[in-house]
Amino acid sequence: MTEQTLPHADRRKRQLPQINPVYFVLAALIVAIVVMNPAFAEPTGYMNFLKRAAPLAILAAGQLYVIVSGGFDLSVGSVITLVVVGSSILSNNDPNSTWWVIATMFAIGAGVGLINGLVVCYLKVPSLIATLGMMITLNGVAFMWSGGSPRGYLTDQFRFFGRFNIPDLPLIRILPVALIVLIVLGFALYWLMHRTNLGRMIHAIGDNPRAANLAGVPVNRVRILAFMVSSLSAVAAGILLGGFAGVSTDVGTGYELQAITAAVLGGAQLLGGRGSVPAAIAGALTLNAIFTLLNFLGLPQPIRQVVQGLILIAAVAVAMQRRKHTGR
Amino acid sequence: MSDAPVIAMAHISKSFPGVRALNDVSFACHAGQVHALVGENGAGKSTLIKILSGVYRPDAGNIVLNGANANFKHPVESLRAGISVIYQEFSLLPERTVAQNIFLGREPRKGLLLDHAAMRSETRRVLDLFGAGARVSPDALVADLDVATQQMVEIAKAISLDARVVVMDEPTAALNEAECEVLFATVDKLRERGTAIIYITHRMREVTRLADRVTVLKDGEVAAHFDTPPAPDAIVRAMVGRDIADYYAPPATQAEIGAPVLSVRNGGNAFLRHIDLDLRAGEIVGFAGIQGAGRVALAMALFGQVPFTTGTVTLNGANAAFANPRDAIRGGIGLLPGDRKAEALVLMQSVRDNGLLTARAFAPLVGTQKSNAHASLSSMDALFDQMQVKAASYEQDIKFLSGGNQQKAVVARWLALKPKVLIFVEPTRGIDVNAKAGIYHLMRDLARAGTAIMMISSDLPEVIGAADRILVMRAGSIVAEFPHGAAETDLMLAATGETEVAA
Repeated sequence: MTEQTLPHADRRKRQLPQINPVYFVLAALIVAIVVMNPAFAEPTGYMNFLKRAAPLAILAAGQLYVIVSGGFDLSVGSVITLVVVGSSILSNNDPNSTWWVIATMFAIGAGVGLINGLVVCYLKVPSLIATLGMMITLNGVAFMWSGGSPRGYLTDQFRFFGRFNIPDLPLIRILPVALIVLIVLGFALYWLMHRTNLGRMIHAIGDNPRAANLAGVPVNRVRILAFMVSSLSAVAAGILLGGFAGVSTDVGTGYELQAITAAVLGGAQLLGGRGSVPAAIAGALTLNAIFTLLNFLGLPQPIRQVVQGLILIAAVAVAMQRRKHTGR
Repeated sequence: MSDAPVIAMAHISKSFPGVRALNDVSFACHAGQVHALVGENGAGKSTLIKILSGVYRPDAGNIVLNGANANFKHPVESLRAGISVIYQEFSLLPERTVAQNIFLGREPRKGLLLDHAAMRSETRRVLDLFGAGARVSPDALVADLDVATQQMVEIAKAISLDARVVVMDEPTAALNEAECEVLFATVDKLRERGTAIIYITHRMREVTRLADRVTVLKDGEVAAHFDTPPAPDAIVRAMVGRDIADYYAPPATQAEIGAPVLSVRNGGNAFLRHIDLDLRAGEIVGFAGIQGAGRVALAMALFGQVPFTTGTVTLNGANAAFANPRDAIRGGIGLLPGDRKAEALVLMQSVRDNGLLTARAFAPLVGTQKSNAHASLSSMDALFDQMQVKAASYEQDIKFLSGGNQQKAVVARWLALKPKVLIFVEPTRGIDVNAKAGIYHLMRDLARAGTAIMMISSDLPEVIGAADRILVMRAGSIVAEFPHGAAETDLMLAATGETEVAA
């Protein structure tokens, strides 16, 4: 029979450093950036960094919900595109439209998440394929809606969230609104994932859906909610990104994979059961710090993609090694 | 049959960091004999076998194989020396045929090509050696075979390797009664051929049926050694270190058994026919039968996982034809699945999370995880304490706990909900003797508190000892009823359909 003779002491030793390694990696990268560019230590330096990283951080925290529930959400990048393109068309340069446009975008996001969840739960399409199909569909919708060449601009009111800095503050001098949004949403997503019954059930269905079902967990409802959280956080990320990105039909391209990479850097277990919202946010900051560093090194843009791909593989490989050593 | 042992392990000691796994253990096995190695989980059985097969190296002591020193550094060395270990988790490739599995890594060749004909005929010869030829075709895919037959393929593989020592690690763990008989016959055949067999088990029936000699391990030491098959009581006493007169809880008295709680009339679905059943408050009803007889299907029908399509189900008089587990739980039915790892545990979560899973599933989605209408962190901790769940911390991942402690945590999950009917499927599979006794007493305590208990078990002595009433199922129907303490043979006969007993 299975015996408990396996090294107890070793196990305890290994459990001692409970701090997620992503925080050390992030700290090391920040030190490296500061060494190369001392201006980064100034408030304008790191506040701008956080502002630019905020959309991906929120996206990664939302993506984590789907990953912990045992799936992937590849549609979030196309949701971002749809939000940016759709908002510019709907608002039609009218500053008063901002609030109802944002409300509409969150409604669309909720609908996308709901459809993703329903397709996965009831049509039994694997989430990778279901959300890939949704990604292609939404990119097409954004293209058609804009007639292929997005016209117009986002109003300054709309761009407020992603672009505006609250000036003249003591100590930190400026505070980007995007950072406030990140802190508020980050805390809300942390609370929902790690402090509520829903969060525990998302962990359970990603860990063992059959056991969760036999324990009375409403597996489909929980899974659909996870997809909706992911899509809604993509809407929030799209609104922030609209603050500093131009209106185009490829503004969200690639963000879905960056979000997954960030969540995995944060130690999320692919195929479900384990993950942390703060660590996923740290993973997003880490990824952005790596990109910043590559910029300073003067490496061309395509290198970013090469590096990102290697990071994704390396992060999963490291996670698998860790899992092997801790047994399962 | 000479008196010199084929294999002798002398004064073996082995420590892991923080744990003394084996202390001065000596063990020998003779040709043509079955030497049973018994002990609770954690007694050191697996460690001893892993040392024998070269997976671990001993800290002290030595191994003698056929009179020569044999301290293996790698499992392949022991395999070459003629020691085959059949683990509980088989090492077969499911998408390959029986013949391909048996010759995996040493396929006979004809020139550059594999000699399929030779593989097939040699496989058939080996299978025939222990009378399995009729049961297994060399060309069958392993994935298509049932567990018992896969085990025969493992045994055939051992024979084809000319193993002089075959080690079987709890070979009946996944087998039903009929399959066990086939396995026992196979072991007898191996013994006649002069193979030395080390048979690891903690089921007394298998020891008395098979063993020529018995060694009992407890806490890494030899607690007892018998050169002739002893009485089961002596073995159990050595295993647990105490008498087991109170192993099973006493049956219910007539006064304790109340009115029917859950009733089924003419229930049926694809797997079940004409089910008439009453589960009463305060009563433990045991279900016996061979695998596939419909016992688990009945549990899943009551629990709404695979509902009845015909007939009526009532719970305290109200309609209780539940369409899914969630409805069934809301109605007051709980179920402990038979396959803990696959169906009950969320392995990456903490002991607490596992205990609180169902309570949380019926609490508001965005409510705090710390407490709800059914349980709280502290009430769950108290329940764990009361059930003596052994864990370094209840925050620990449940995967690190032993099977018995995992099972207790799953039981705690249901206790928090206070169900009216609790269904136990194979409640003691893979847990040690003391934990088993704990589960029996817990079932009895629950029954005394008014719960109706349904217990499905493939362990006949357990059904007979723990249940107040025993129903035997066969081919999707309930075919016979027996009182507490019925004879094992009567149950067997009813289960296999050898004779009809008035229901």
